[in-house]
Amino acid sequence: MAKGVWIVTEQRDGVLRKISFELASTARKLADQLGEEVCAILLGSGIEGIAGELSKYGVDKVYVADNAALEPYTTDAHAMAAAKVVKENDPSILLLGASIQGKDLSGRLVGKLATGMAADCTDVKIADSKLLATRPMYAGKCYGEIVFSSTPQMASLRPNVFPIVENPKAGTVVKFDPALDPSQLKTKVLEVQKDTSGKVDLTEANFIVSGGRGMKGPEGYQIIEGLADVIGATVGASRAAVDAGWRPLSDQVGQTGKVVSPNLYIACGISGAIQHLAGMSSSKYIVAVNKDPEAPIFAKADYGVVDDLFKIIPELTEACKKLLAE
Amino acid sequence: MNIVACVKQVPDTEAQIKVKPDGSGIDESGIKWVMNPYDEYGVEEALRLKEKFGGEVTVVSLGPARVMETTRTALAMGSDKGIHICDPALDGADAYTTAAALAAAIAGIPHDIIFCGQRAIDDDSGQVGPILAELLGIPQLTVVTKADLDVDGKTIKAIRPIEGAQLLIEGTLPCVVTAQKGLNEPRYASLPGIMKAKKKPVDTKDAAALGVTVAVKAKVARFIPPPARAAGKIVGGDDPATKAAELARLLREEAKVI
Ligand SMILES: Cc1cc2nc3c(=O)[nH]c(=O)nc-3n(C[C@H](O)[C@H](O)[C@H](O)COP(=O)(O)OP(=O)(O)OC[C@H]3O[C@@H](n4cnc5c(N)ncnc54)[C@H](O)[C@@H]3O)c2cc1C
Ligand SMILES: Nc1ncnc2c1ncn2[C@@H]1O[C@H](COP(=O)(O)O)[C@@H](O)[C@H]1O
Repeated sequence: MAKGVWIVTEQRDGVLRKISFELASTARKLADQLGEEVCAILLGSGIEGIAGELSKYGVDKVYVADNAALEPYTTDAHAMAAAKVVKENDPSILLLGASIQGKDLSGRLVGKLATGMAADCTDVKIADSKLLATRPMYAGKCYGEIVFSSTPQMASLRPNVFPIVENPKAGTVVKFDPALDPSQLKTKVLEVQKDTSGKVDLTEANFIVSGGRGMKGPEGYQIIEGLADVIGATVGASRAAVDAGWRPLSDQVGQTGKVVSPNLYIACGISGAIQHLAGMSSSKYIVAVNKDPEAPIFAKADYGVVDDLFKIIPELTEACKKLLAE
Repeated sequence: MNIVACVKQVPDTEAQIKVKPDGSGIDESGIKWVMNPYDEYGVEEALRLKEKFGGEVTVVSLGPARVMETTRTALAMGSDKGIHICDPALDGADAYTTAAALAAAIAGIPHDIIFCGQRAIDDDSGQVGPILAELLGIPQLTVVTKADLDVDGKTIKAIRPIEGAQLLIEGTLPCVVTAQKGLNEPRYASLPGIMKAKKKPVDTKDAAALGVTVAVKAKVARFIPPPARAAGKIVGGDDPATKAAELARLLREEAKVI
């Protein structure tokens, strides 16, 4: 019978990504309820040394495939390696991150394992010894509770939603041969262009300050950048601002942009159209700064300021600077 | 070049979604149905490839009878023919079953490149493209904002933005490409296009005709409304400085986020 809670971890350039620890902590919780083990899959080249970090967050066993063809990530190589070790061990639950890489890999694995999957979940729990996954649908306008009738029961977890909990285990490392068939490696990475700004990606950010049409133009974003620098936030934008060419496409938050779930989302000069709310309504705290008291964003905001953002944001930046210096 | 575009019909982004009282699904009354926005980019890219390399674009969609309208929209944009997979047994199909049905339909026609959206804005799963690629045994290039097909028509180079970086990846044909915003500006259907679309062939098939057995592996047991957010506070104050200071204080002392 299928047994064990497994995770597919994510590393880049030999550094485990935060989602890997979110996965480990969540898997631990589920496994304790089931009385089962947590096993992690770690794929890459020259990465064996980082396997130990996972046991700090409750992983009992790390299955490592160290192979030059697994670096950098390609769908074909990673899916082949992960599917092999999963088939050999028959876990009952398999969790991945709903990051861009995780989404790319999870679908391929669903195909290889012919199983059911719940994507981009915001909650997972055990009910009647089975996985029950909750996920936003229709851009968060409703939620679905997913049940499974095949194993592994697969779910991908939305980044930044699940808490990281330390829970040290002895942790053993099991090396395995990914048995890659070179004739099946049909894609390759030709070039990696890194964003050198050092900014955390919107999907992983704890703090986001977003600007909309109310910013009036690209220059307006300087005050937003100022606030973002002080509180350590990433800057986002509404589609109106992106379509106007004030901000790059990668900044767009919403139904046809990025879905974000920071601790704090500050919306400046954003009206709160349904498509924008779709992308940020799972934020823990929402602040709206808008001069129109009727703006729909206020219905979603925990804290609202009705005023001119060009006056409020610089004052807020100063106030935060003072508080943070205390 | 034989090009396939997978097109899903979804509620308009403006749609208010109401859950049925028994949680068995959403109330579809009053919903305006449209082509999934990401599929528009897929159809547009398919048409551009056809214009450059020649060939044919086939639109494949799965869903109830109303889906025909969206298929006609893709034909009116310039696609050549359609396959409509229509079978009540496939209502509420999960990603695996959907992909299996699409794969069966596509396996039956010549295909050099298949476009999907990077995700459908109703189930928001982003899984069907990769599962389809696996079931067809071909590579996938997902969440793509730029795609360049080599002149020999054998390989494709694509730009794929990931968290904090942008990748240039290369894959061999046949392959599945999933479209992200930025790939192109989708065209509107022209009036002559709409007239012509009415005469273009659409082949309707059920699961049995495709040899697909329906075995749902993950299902939505219950639909629930989103968690309610407690009513927010409007931060008071006589001037911007007071309001800003009060907001900062609340964020620190009450919300404890900064
Ligand atoms: C298919 C589709 C997909 C879409 N996807 C997205 C998406 O992913 N993301 C997204 O954001 N939108 C999306 N939209 C667009 C969405 O419908 C709205 O048009 C958009 O979100 C509006 O952006 P905005 O709030 O910046 O602009 P507006 O709605 O114009 O709001 C500007 C706000 O700024 C306020 N303001 C102006 N000046 C000041 C000032 N000095 N101080 C304080 N406040 C000020 C105004 O009161 C107003 O509320 C989509 C639309 C469609 C049809
Ligand atoms: N019922 C369907 N009919 C046609 N294409 C679909 C269907 N479901 C999903 N797809 C394709 O797969 C993409 C991703 O869908 P999803 O995995 O459901 O988010 C969509 O953008 C479509 O291109």
